[in-house]
Amino acid sequence: MDGMQIAIAVFLVLMLVFLFPRAKQMFFNSPKAESGDWSGALLPLAGVIGFVVLLIWLVSQ
Amino acid sequence: MNNFNPSISTTSAVSMNKVLRNTYLLLSFTLLFSALTAGISMMLHVSHVVSIVCSFAAMGLIWFVLPRTANSSAGIGVVFAITGLLGFGLGPILNHYLALSNGPQLIATSLGGTGVIFLALSGYVLTTKRDFRFMGGFLVVGLVIAVLAMVANIFLQIPALSLALSSAIILIMSGFILFDTSRIINGGETNYINATVSLYLSIYNIFVSLLHILGIFGGDD
Repeated sequence: MDGMQIAIAVFLVLMLVFLFPRAKQMFFNSPKAESGDWSGALLPLAGVIGFVVLLIWLVSQ
Repeated sequence: MNNFNPSISTTSAVSMNKVLRNTYLLLSFTLLFSALTAGISMMLHVSHVVSIVCSFAAMGLIWFVLPRTANSSAGIGVVFAITGLLGFGLGPILNHYLALSNGPQLIATSLGGTGVIFLALSGYVLTTKRDFRFMGGFLVVGLVIAVLAMVANIFLQIPALSLALSSAIILIMSGFILFDTSRIINGGETNYINATVSLYLSIYNIFVSLLHILGIFGGDD
């Protein structure tokens, strides 16, 4: 393991330290999903997955 | 009796449109600036160490300086500093892919793909006017798990995990585009400087992760 990998690990751990309190606060204070909300969110995300698969297929041709 | 007050509704719509317009305007300028600094970094052939230092500096600005300047005109300068540093840090990664025989194609595909994902997701939120703020908690927890897995993979060095993480980051950042755009149009975010940085980070991470995935499947080094 070289110095750069250690630097990246330190960077990511610092990121976690800063992210964790915000994650906790956002998780408990986010508005609750109503019926149909998740399907409305999963539809565009499924589109993103399909599009990335298409790009992978295009570059691997 | 109907409690609808048209003046309040109109004021809030005008305010929302202003935040949205300013966010997209600042976002387009910062993306151009980022491309410029990435180009300079590529020409100078800076090392990966410089790239890491730039990322550290950009994250420092986001965590310590941006919260104090986001409500003043100085915030615009900070946004350009953040995006300029992150763009400059992209230079070594782009040079690495350009060294492949189909490197320019991979970079162009990633760039175009990122643009299509951003425009499609933003267009979806703006046309459906759905409220995606309920996703916030799940997205940020997903991000924490992804970062934990990244730290683990620095030691484990599993290529399949690296690929899975890039895929997860694309999905999480796509979710953040829905979340952030929804916050702007539903009044949850009234500061266009913060909104720009959030959207920029999502676009940046989607581009880097997509480039990584396409490099694995399409790179012929």
